[in-house]
Amino acid sequence: MSIILDKVSHVYSPGNAYETTALSNVSLKIEDNEFLGIIGHTGSGKSTLIQHMNGLLKPSSGTIYYNGKDTSKKDFPRKELRSKVGMVFQYPEHQLFEPTVFEDVCFGPKNLGLSKEEVDDRVYEALKLVEFPEELISASPFDLSGGQKRRAAIAGVLAMKPDILILDEPTAGLDPKGRDEILGMIDKMHKKTKNTVVLVSHSMEDIARFVDRIIVMNHGKIEYDDTPKGVFNNYKELEQMGLRAPEITYLMNDMLRYGFDVSSDVTTIEEAKKEILKLYGIN
Amino acid sequence: MFRELTIGQYYPGDSIIHRLDPRVKLMGALLFIVSVFLASNIFSILVVTAFLIAIIVLCKVPLSFMLKGLRSIVLLLVIAGIFNLFLTPGTVLFQLGFLHITDVGIKNCIFMIIRMTYLIVGTSVMTLTTTPNALTAGLEKSLGFLKKIRIPVHEIAMMMSIALRFIPILVEETDKIMKAQMARGADFESGGVFKRAKSMVPILVPLFVSAFRRANDLALAMEARCYNGGDGRTKMKPLKYNQSDKNAYALEIGFVALTIIANILYNRYVSGLFANMLGV
Ligand SMILES: Nc1ncnc2c1ncn2[C@@H]1O[C@H](COP(=O)(O)OP(=O)(O)O)[C@@H](O)[C@H]1O
Ligand SMILES: [Mg+2]
Repeated sequence: MSIILDKVSHVYSPGNAYETTALSNVSLKIEDNEFLGIIGHTGSGKSTLIQHMNGLLKPSSGTIYYNGKDTSKKDFPRKELRSKVGMVFQYPEHQLFEPTVFEDVCFGPKNLGLSKEEVDDRVYEALKLVEFPEELISASPFDLSGGQKRRAAIAGVLAMKPDILILDEPTAGLDPKGRDEILGMIDKMHKKTKNTVVLVSHSMEDIARFVDRIIVMNHGKIEYDDTPKGVFNNYKELEQMGLRAPEITYLMNDMLRYGFDVSSDVTTIEEAKKEILKLYGIN
Repeated sequence: MFRELTIGQYYPGDSIIHRLDPRVKLMGALLFIVSVFLASNIFSILVVTAFLIAIIVLCKVPLSFMLKGLRSIVLLLVIAGIFNLFLTPGTVLFQLGFLHITDVGIKNCIFMIIRMTYLIVGTSVMTLTTTPNALTAGLEKSLGFLKKIRIPVHEIAMMMSIALRFIPILVEETDKIMKAQMARGADFESGGVFKRAKSMVPILVPLFVSAFRRANDLALAMEARCYNGGDGRTKMKPLKYNQSDKNAYALEIGFVALTIIANILYNRYVSGLFANMLGV
């Protein structure tokens, strides 16, 4: 289920005063079952990049391969691509439209032409996966809280059973608790289903804890493509791109400077705890 | 797809025309329309053409961008042209079954196409070089005298500028919602009329919800800043004429006068000349 982007560029409104090059010469491969993070400041081209992955945008130049097949070919099954690569947009709750949560989650699987039983099964399964409260399933989506709306909207995409799930800033506009819940849920789901997940964010803390690999976008280009540790080692350069390494990385680097023997590439609080305990000979 | 719309669009720039007071441009557009209709012969058309070319050069908007707006009215031009060409009475030059082309028909057809093209290009220079906000501010000030007869000019202008401001936002929103529903397998292209109309529901419901939400937020934000209509309200950037605006007014009036003079000269000397040559 691999996706390969080969020298992909994207230009919005070519040939007039509003012309913007949102992506230039981006090449990357998404491996099976990986948890990939994409970060970059606002306007760096993250949303544009991921919309190429399920065929919603066509590249101005370059090629995208899905399972080895060129997606720009006439006979390429574009509808299948959209159902196999599930896309949760930023503020996905803005797409809710049916009178009840249940019916709204049905929208995707119904469009796949499945039987009524199959649709119902998938809807309940998806709502369970996002830990949506059972008693609210027949409520109007417009009566829910922000976090619940977002869960319902994510379930609407999960119900299509995509092989690859892409989430564009799924925590934007949520309070810290809502943010941790959504991220925890995505992580749990990834561990359970072993699906490929692409998580877009501009917050390092969000990403550092979960992903196997990070892509850093800057001005429409890939700046780094590495493990979290590899990327955060460059925290000085990241600052110039308007990004920051997790706060804990700064703390550990300061400790190192003051003569404590800790490693400099710590990215999560759990790792920091281990390192500090190690100083006192506790394992 | 909606982003291709160019009529009424603003083209950012810093030309002499961009910097003029919006009231000068509104008046200019009005006088230009008057001149286009006054121009009834080759002399005055040449005057109007020269004026139009001068403005297009001065405003520094690429010609290709300006002509894009014309594409949408090509069909209208062709139909109106055909009607004028075949259905005008006069001296018959060609006969084709029941259709005939007359000398007056040819003249009307050419003048009609020139006039329509000039009107579209001329007025789009105004919208291309003036932000919608400046334009409504200009309208509000120019029509301020209507307040005396209890017409709420300020409120109408405010509604207009809010509406204009919301168009690109709603276009963007529609684009986003369409993409989100397409990602859930929605299909807007196939099927009959009924199915297609039904497929719009997943777009329209979220679009209305978000439009109302935005309207609500904006109203709250305006109220929080003590907005209560036009009475006693001052401007952060009041419109003020400077020397180049005054010069531009003089040029505009000179231009209309020139068109009228061209008409008179033509009628007095040239049309008489033709009549003599034809021995009438
Ligand atoms: N639909 C669009 N039309 C024109 N320009 C766009 C559009 N979407 C994004 N852009 C521009 O492309 C650039 C990248 O945007 P985007 O991919 O949304 O970045 P990010 O998701 O990282 O914030 C920005 O400069 C943005 O203004
Ligand atoms: Mg984005």
